[in-house]
Parts: sequence; structure tokens; C-alpha cells
Amino acid sequence: MALKTESFALNIGPLHPSTHGVFRMRAVLDGEVIANMEPVFGYLHRGIEKLAEERTYTGVIPLTDRLDYLASMSNNLAYVLAVEKLAEISAPERATYLRVILAELQRIASHLIAVGAFVNDCGAFFTPFLYMFREREKILDLFEMLSGQRLLYNYMRIGGFNQDIPDEFLPALQKFVSQMPGFIDEYDRLLAENEILLARTKGVGILPQDLAVNISASGPVLRASGVKWDIRKADPYCGYDRFEFDIPTGTAGDCYDRYRVRIEEMRQSLRIIEQAMKQLPSGAVKSTVPYLVRPPAGEAYAHIEAPKGELGFYLVSDNSIAPYRCHIRAPSLINLTALRDMTVGWKVADLIVIFGSIDITMGEVDR
Amino acid sequence: MVLNPGLGMEYHWQALPPDWPGNFWWHWLAFSVIILAFVLGLVMGFIWLERRGIGRFQIRLGPNRTGPFGLLQPIADAVKVLLKENIVPAAADKIVHWLAPLVAFVPTLMIFAVVPFQDGALLADLNVGVLYIVAISSISTVGIFMAGWSSSNKYSLLAAMRDVATVVSYEIPVVLSLAGVVLLAGSLSLNQIVMAQDIPFILLQPLAFLLFFIAASAEINRTPFDLLEADSELVAGFHIEYSGMKFALFYLTEYAEALAVSAIIATLFLGGWRGPVLPPWLWFVGKVVAVFSVMFWIRSTLPRVRIDQLMALAWKFLLPLALINLVVTAVQVLAWPEASLWAMVPVNVAIMAALVVTWSRLLKLGGGRVEV
Amino acid sequence: MKFEHFGTGIIKGLAVTLRHLFRKPITTQYPEQKLTTSRRARGNELVWDITKCTACGTCAKACPQGVIRIVTSAKPVENRYVVEKFEVDTGYCIFCGLCVEACPFQSLLMGYSYERAKYRRHEVVHTNEMLLPSAKRPASGYMYPKLAKALPPQTLLIERDEVKG
Ligand code: SF4
Ligand code: SF4
Repeated sequence: MALKTESFALNIGPLHPSTHGVFRMRAVLDGEVIANMEPVFGYLHRGIEKLAEERTYTGVIPLTDRLDYLASMSNNLAYVLAVEKLAEISAPERATYLRVILAELQRIASHLIAVGAFVNDCGAFFTPFLYMFREREKILDLFEMLSGQRLLYNYMRIGGFNQDIPDEFLPALQKFVSQMPGFIDEYDRLLAENEILLARTKGVGILPQDLAVNISASGPVLRASGVKWDIRKADPYCGYDRFEFDIPTGTAGDCYDRYRVRIEEMRQSLRIIEQAMKQLPSGAVKSTVPYLVRPPAGEAYAHIEAPKGELGFYLVSDNSIAPYRCHIRAPSLINLTALRDMTVGWKVADLIVIFGSIDITMGEVDR
Repeated sequence: MVLNPGLGMEYHWQALPPDWPGNFWWHWLAFSVIILAFVLGLVMGFIWLERRGIGRFQIRLGPNRTGPFGLLQPIADAVKVLLKENIVPAAADKIVHWLAPLVAFVPTLMIFAVVPFQDGALLADLNVGVLYIVAISSISTVGIFMAGWSSSNKYSLLAAMRDVATVVSYEIPVVLSLAGVVLLAGSLSLNQIVMAQDIPFILLQPLAFLLFFIAASAEINRTPFDLLEADSELVAGFHIEYSGMKFALFYLTEYAEALAVSAIIATLFLGGWRGPVLPPWLWFVGKVVAVFSVMFWIRSTLPRVRIDQLMALAWKFLLPLALINLVVTAVQVLAWPEASLWAMVPVNVAIMAALVVTWSRLLKLGGGRVEV
Repeated sequence: MKFEHFGTGIIKGLAVTLRHLFRKPITTQYPEQKLTTSRRARGNELVWDITKCTACGTCAKACPQGVIRIVTSAKPVENRYVVEKFEVDTGYCIFCGLCVEACPFQSLLMGYSYERAKYRRHEVVHTNEMLLPSAKRPASGYMYPKLAKALPPQTLLIERDEVKG
């Protein structure tokens, strides 16, 4: 006699410990196996793109902080670059180098959270998470020193920075850069060979290379699938072509590769920071920019390699003090596209792990 | 023969005839009280120890506000939980929902009936002690399944299913790994097993210890096998719909089970109450705490396995190794010369290492993607 | 998936956590121990110097949130404007600091303090005198390096002596 079985729908989220915010996955389960999965988002929609149309070009910068709130510096950078492109302003050399340093620090901070939260999703009881938060805390300290706040920096300005770095910044940064590799090795000892983590992540949630390209995934998610694509190399901004660094890639495109790529990227970021610190010129950090920027009518798109992928700002100007249209290409949202393809056929536990390995921030997905 | 029960632990209870009038009940009463106090006290201690300990593993302090070193934290938590509203979901099966915490808790408490606190100091020196433990400990599962099912919540149902699957699979390696110890000791009574441990069985039976530790952790759902509570997947698992005292009972059960497993490991593998200088009960408690410390050390380090990997681990790794261990032990018991027992230690450690390494090569853990 | 490393990976991990057991905790016991915030801290209030303010209104225009309300009146005799009401609704303020950057007369500063939670909504609206600097409302050095120099240096986690990883 065959047993009658029935699949059932399980709403994971919007209030669930592992949805990294308010994300909802409507999973149809066949026992523990996911038969279908439908992501539902929009719970955190704040209308940032529309709000940007009401504000001056400078006034939008605090808004960009609130996109990917774990990587505010990168968001600032992408937006500021877009405006500079639109208004044909260029930042002084010192500012450019500082931007590189800060963007890379931000990448480390964001990847630390990504990896920590990912291991938490695998079920570790907060320990790796807290170890990584310790190092992130050091970065946040540095950012606080510069901008006065720990999360929403609002530090970059059109044409540079609002103020120069304080004297105590560079020694502290030097100390961080010399300490950090030791800690990354420690994370590796803790996690990289851990059999349970390997069992949970290797071969799980494979994103095939062609699919990754087709959905226009970017960032570590794309590189883990073996595509050597990094905007810092492909379309260098802020003088990234002056630095030596590698693009770590994965081979299988599974959760483990995504985790490894992030760890390796931290090492590369440290390399970039070291070089940028050595070359850091002195001088002004802001070029002369009118108080109210009034770019000529036209449009511009600037993209950077944010921690989570290609972050782009598309701005249209009608020669007024506020953008006519501001569109944000949010990497978190686009990387989510393949979530269904990656998760169907895996178990509930894997769904959480795969979702965690994509590393999204809801602030950016919903905007 | 001294007939003065109820007061001292210094009497050899198993020497007492079980049929003396009245006093028999005194013995029960005294030990029931001792067991309750022991379980509640140590569970509180464990909760405190685990929270502080994990805090230190995570380079933070842990709870340190209520009382010196936060010692009163478990009590404060207990009071808080007692005062909480008792919520029963509208769609729940009310009676089952009410009964479940009790069904889960009572068997856990009953395990301690056969655990010797010192020589002969135990509620009932059953001559089938090990069998009794194995039998009684799996009853809690019924309670957990009742909880998961009656809450009429999909998460808790998933957790309940996982629990049943886990316990059914892991009973077998548990029993088989204990069988090695029983063979060596030649008795099923826990007190006799302790008496037999001139060399702690962890040295004579390292493989059995490893298997039992893994299997027992899985059975009581300690990390890395805490699939029932799996906070990152199932939010809180089977007790997701419980609040107030009923939740507290589940919490208590969880730690009482951890205490039970620690006590069993201490008794069967670490020589129970035996030890020099210090009073025996102190040795026992110390060993229990040490085993539990290892448990939360592991908890603070490892991620969680997946349900199919959990099953694969039981059937493909633990079960065959436990069988091999049983055969090896049987041969050793028959053929090994009694005088050179110490020589068995390196031999068995070598056997364990060889088996673990070869089996790691052979093992394939769990399935991959399922076509749906 | 196999047990590639025969469990040594797990043991290595356990060793790392065990090592952390003997490190000093990195947390601070908050209400008793307090970290010094950045010299440029953007605290939860604004500090406004009435003597320097020319009532130009630049800050109000710069604010992306529309938090600052200024009512001014002209004083033709003295050839200047005076502020009649300067109101900051810190409930809506995002403490972005753009107003401080915009003020051309060093009249508006970010506050250095945090812990400014209130029980009533109307209490977060600060007007005129409530905004003035005082010992309880120190100004931070945000945008003003000279002020920043006078403040105590920020506590950095990186300065904490710690065993290297
Ligand atoms: S800090 Fe920002 S939001 Fe607050 S008043 Fe100043 S400009 Fe407005
Ligand atoms: S910008 Fe400065 S001077 Fe002008 S009104 Fe505001 S506080 Fe006063």
C-alpha cells in the first residue's frame, strides 16, 4: 500500500532568524525537500530612488548609506563617482587613494559579516560570527574616527571627502593591516577544514557558470562560479589599475567556493590597502565644487565592485540641483535571481545555507 | 547489617534486603529528594556554566549581572519564565499540548534512578541498569513528538519528524557501544560497572567512548546534532509554540538530558565516583561537569549537520564501527590475559585510529540534490 | 562528501576556540565602562551657538530631512537678521551632519553626546535655548579639527593588547 503523501507550503520569513532582514521565501516542501521556492520581497521598501529625486545631489549621499547598510562606504563611493561623472568633476589624487583604502576596508568588513552570518546559518553557535565581528569592530572604529559614525558614514562628498583623515588614522590602519592576516589564518583554522562545514557546503547550491552569467550575477557569487570578472580590473575606477592584486575565483560555484572567495578577497583587499597606504600622496582631499552641484543635462552610469557585486548608479540630470532620475543597480537583488534554481531539490537546511552564501542585505534588495 | 536508611550515603544500599518494612520507602524518599535536588541544582549550574563558558569561548563575558558572577541568572530566568503567559495556539491539540512537556521531562528524571553517586548510593541498583537507561531515555522522544505534532505548526512538525528519525537511528549505535562496556565489566548494573573500572573504560574502550559520545549527543540533540531546535532553520523547532512553564520544562529536559548523558559517560567510561583523595560524590560531580564542559565546548565550535547526513552518520559510520568494536571487545574479553590489562590500552587506541581513518575514506555522508 | 581530514579539521577548530578561552574578553561592560567615541562623533543632538548665527538659513536648506526650522526677523537698524526660533526635531534628524558642513559661520555643531533617548515625543524637539552648548551638551569636532584636538582620543579596539591570531 502506497502511503498518501502531500507537499506543503512553508513560509520562511519575513520574520525568521536567518532571512537577514525581512525576506520571505515561500517554500513548497516535500518532506524536507524543497519542491518549489518563491522569493517574496519588498518588505523594506523605502522608495530611496524616488526620495533621491527630491534632494540635492549632496543630500542623496546619506540616503545611499541606507542601501547596503553593511557597506555604506562603497555605496557612497558608487554614487559619488556617478555624480562626478555627470558633472565632470574629478577628485584630487589623495582623495582617490583614500577612497580605495576605505572601499577595501569596507569590503573586508562586509565580507566578515557575510562569512560570519553564513557560518551561523550553517548552525555554528555564533562563535565564528563573534570572532569576525571583533575584526569588523576594528574597521568600524577606524570609520568612526573618520566620519563620526559607525554604520552610516556619509563621509564621501562629490569631489572628494568632507574632511581630511585625522593624524591618528594611518598608524591605526597600519596596525590593523599588520594584524589582520593572522586573524584570517585563524578563521581558516577554525573553518576551512571543518568536516561538518565541508559536508554542509561543498557541492551544495551550485550556480553553474552559464546561469551565473545569464542572470548577470556579480561579485563573489559570480566569481565563485569560475568567472574572472571584477569591475576593479574590467573597468578600473579610482585608479585600481595602479595596484597589484589577484581576482580569486572558485571552480564549482557551490556555497563552499563562495565562502572561500570571500576569505581570499579579504587577503587581496589587505594587499591593496598596503599598496595604497605606501603611495598615499598628500594634498587636498576635496576639489573645489560648488555648494549646490548643478550638472549639465544628461545621464551617467558609474559602477564599482562593491563587496556584494556590481553596484551601479544611473543618474539623469535635467540641469537642476536634484537628480531627475536615480536608478540603483543593486547587486543583492540581482544575485537573488537564481535563488530558486539553486535551492530546488535541496533540503530546508540547505535553503538557509544557500541563501546565506549569496550574502544579501535587504536594504539593498528592496531599496 | 545496618538498618538506618534515609540519612547517610555511606551505607552500601545494595547490601540491604529490599524487603525491610517501611525503610524501603525511606530509601526511595531520600533518593528521590536527592535526585531531584541533584538534577535541578546541576541543571541550573549547567545553564550558568554553559552560558558563561560559551561566552568565554566567544571572547565575551556572558551573563554577569544577577548575583556574583551572574550565578543567579538561571534563577532569574526561571522566575521570569514562570511569570510568563501560557499561550496555547488556537489550532493546537490542547490535551497533547499540555501533556507533552511532562512526557518529555519525567523519563529524563527517571534515568538518574540507576546512576550511582557513590558506592551503592543510588535509588535502585537494577541489575539491568544499562538496559533500563537505554529503554527509559527514548521515551522522552514521545513527549517531543507530541509537542511538535500538537502545536500544529509546520516548523515544529518538521522538528518532531527529525527527532523521531534521529532517535530511532541512534539508539542502535548507543546500545552497541554500551555493549562493549558491559562485556568488559561483565554486568549491566551501573554500580558493578563502576566497581569493575580499575582502569577507566575510556582507555580500554576508546572507540566505544567516541561512538557513544557522538551518538548520545545526537540523541539528546546537542550541537552539532541540534536539528530539532535548529534556530537558523526551524526557528525554535518543536517548542516553537510553547511559552511559560511548559517551555521551561522543555528547557529543563534538554539540560537534564545533557546531565544524564554526562552522568552516564562519567559512570561508564570515566570510572564514576572512583578517584583518590576527594570524597566519591565530588569525583562524580566533577567528572559530570567535565564531560558537560566538553559538550558545550563542541557546541561553541561546530556547525550543524543536515538531517540526511545525520542519518548517514548513524548507519554508515557509527553502526559498523560499533559492531566491529563489539566483536573486538568480545574477542579481547575471551582471549586477553587478565594480568596485562594495561597493554590493551595502546592496542585499542591503535585499533580506533585505524578504524576511524579507514572508515573516513569509505564513508560518504548523505545525499545531494534530489530531483523533484 | 567525505570525511576528508579524518576529523582533524574539527579538532583544529576546537583548538582555536580553546585558545580563545584564555584571551581577554573584548566586550565592555556598558553602563559602567564607556568607550570614548570618535573626536568627530556625530552624536544624537545638535549644538547651536546663538552668538555666531546670522540666521542665514543655509543649514535648513542643506538638511535632507527638513529637520531645521528657522523663524527670523529683520533688524533694519542693526542691518542684520535675528533668529526668533531655531527648532530641530531630532526625532526626524538622521545625524548626517550636512547642516554642520553647510553652516558658514561655525554656528552649528554636531553634539558629542549619545544616550539621548527620551520618554516623550515632544522632548526630542529642541528649540532655541535647548540647543545651546553647555557642559552637558558638549560639541564634537565634526568638521572642526581645532575642536577635535581638544577632545580625548577615541578608544580603539585595535589598541587593546591581545594575543595575535
Ligand atoms: S544632521 Fe542631517 S538630518 Fe540632522 S539636522 Fe543636520 S542636516 Fe538635517
Ligand atoms: S547655517 Fe549657521 S549661521 Fe546660518 S542659520 Fe544655520 S546655524 Fe545660523
